[in-house]
Amino acid sequence: MGNNFLRLLSGLWVTVRISLISIAFSLVLGTLLGAVMTSKNKVVKVICRVYLEIVRIMPQLVWLFIVFFGVTRLTGANFGGETSAVIVFTIWGAAEMGDLVRGAFQAIPKHQFESSLSLGLTKPQMYLNIIFPQALRNLLPNVINLATRMIKTTALVSIIGITEVLKVGKQIIDANRFEFPNAAIWVYAAIFFMYFLICFPLSMISRAIVKKQQRSE
Amino acid sequence: MTEQEQNASAANPPEHIIDISGLVKSFGDNVVLDGIDMSVSRGEVVVLIGPSGCGKSTLLRCLNGLEPIQGGSISLHGEPVVYGSKSLYKIRQKIGMVFQSYDLFPHLTVLKNIMLSPIKVQKRSKEDTEKEAMELLERVGLADKAKSYPSELSGGQKQRVAICRSLIMNPEIMLLDEITAALDPEMVHEVLNVVLDLAKNGTTMMIVTHEMAFAEAVADRIIFLDGGSIIEQGVPSEFFKRPQTERAERFLKTFTYSK
Ligand SMILES: Nc1ncnc2c1ncn2[C@@H]1O[C@H](COP(=O)(O)OP(=O)(O)OP(=O)(O)O)[C@@H](O)[C@H]1O
Ligand SMILES: [Mg+2]
Repeated sequence: MGNNFLRLLSGLWVTVRISLISIAFSLVLGTLLGAVMTSKNKVVKVICRVYLEIVRIMPQLVWLFIVFFGVTRLTGANFGGETSAVIVFTIWGAAEMGDLVRGAFQAIPKHQFESSLSLGLTKPQMYLNIIFPQALRNLLPNVINLATRMIKTTALVSIIGITEVLKVGKQIIDANRFEFPNAAIWVYAAIFFMYFLICFPLSMISRAIVKKQQRSE
Repeated sequence: MTEQEQNASAANPPEHIIDISGLVKSFGDNVVLDGIDMSVSRGEVVVLIGPSGCGKSTLLRCLNGLEPIQGGSISLHGEPVVYGSKSLYKIRQKIGMVFQSYDLFPHLTVLKNIMLSPIKVQKRSKEDTEKEAMELLERVGLADKAKSYPSELSGGQKQRVAICRSLIMNPEIMLLDEITAALDPEMVHEVLNVVLDLAKNGTTMMIVTHEMAFAEAVADRIIFLDGGSIIEQGVPSEFFKRPQTERAERFLKTFTYSK
């Protein structure tokens, strides 16, 4: 029993590890992508848009297969399961993050830029004091939301052979099928709780931020 | 004017704050301003009027380098205003601008809105700036709102704060672009009274407005703009009573109703 719990925890650690690394990469690459997406250049815009749509249209599951089996087959490069997972989630996360960053900047009215400049602020001063703070407020709840979605989606990686928390749970249930036919309920309840413990604080933080912002909107 | 004052102003011709000569501004093929020549003297209040789309806002925007121009020149105290140039940052500190849209910074309190640019741009001390900001708020009757956020203010209050935010930079000239156009009628008054007060205290201003009664009261000179050029200008009492051009007359008629 205690042993099973530890196994679940180590499965959870795999989930968390993949999510955290992917989220970290997505934040950095997505922010850069977002900056590129605000470009006025038509070609750049279209390329970014196509990238985003392709990533969105294809289920993450398909991407996992493509990277894990396809790319390995084609190039001979052998990505491990976790590396493949991180690549897929980063490709996805960076696209979504880029779109969030783009949206956050474009939501700032033109007159915020113009009145900053009229006051004699330089461009760096304007971005630092006026534009970034407003974009960030807009961005934070959405980023947390994206992170939560990414954490939940990592459950898919068991498909490419990674033993994350859900897979461990299934193994435990199967191993105890005859001794404890009701184990499934308990195991899934435990997993539910684990996801809850990770994601709930995130959504609480996001809600607190939104609430705090309402006054100064 | 007393005789003495007349002599004085004859000896020193009024100092020009703004000089515009041959200004041409177009958006693509659309020529919006087609050779504007004018200047504004220290202490003068010039009101720009004209039909919608005639380029009043565009003219004000050109004055502080928010728009590139296609011909002519603009200068502030003899310093050329050039779109995209480095000197623009210096020049903009001397030009206060208030727009029609409420453009306070929503993430900063009223006080911080006003204090931002003196501290960041002019590197003034925080104490000094805060003291002056409070005095300005007092002057427009909003001292009690210093700690509020813009979202907690009415439109009229926002515009009064926006005026303070420009005034604290101690500008040579204030450009006001239809600052009451988005306001409910009962708030128009409180904002325009602040502007009248500035005029009385000798603030140089260039004002765009659709409030003709206000224009008449505040202006030293009315400039009527249409079709990209200055069609007519004059002192308000003359202009409103006896417009010289048929176009100005027609424009003024759009503000009166008869059955
Ligand atoms: N950024 C822009 N791009 C293209 N055309 C523009 C732009 N800004 C203004 N214009 C055009 O320039 C002309 C003058 O506009 P402007 O806003 O200066 O008029 P206005 O006199 O201020 O009108 P209103 O009284 O309605 O405010 C209009 O024909 C408008 O369509
Ligand atoms: Mg206008």
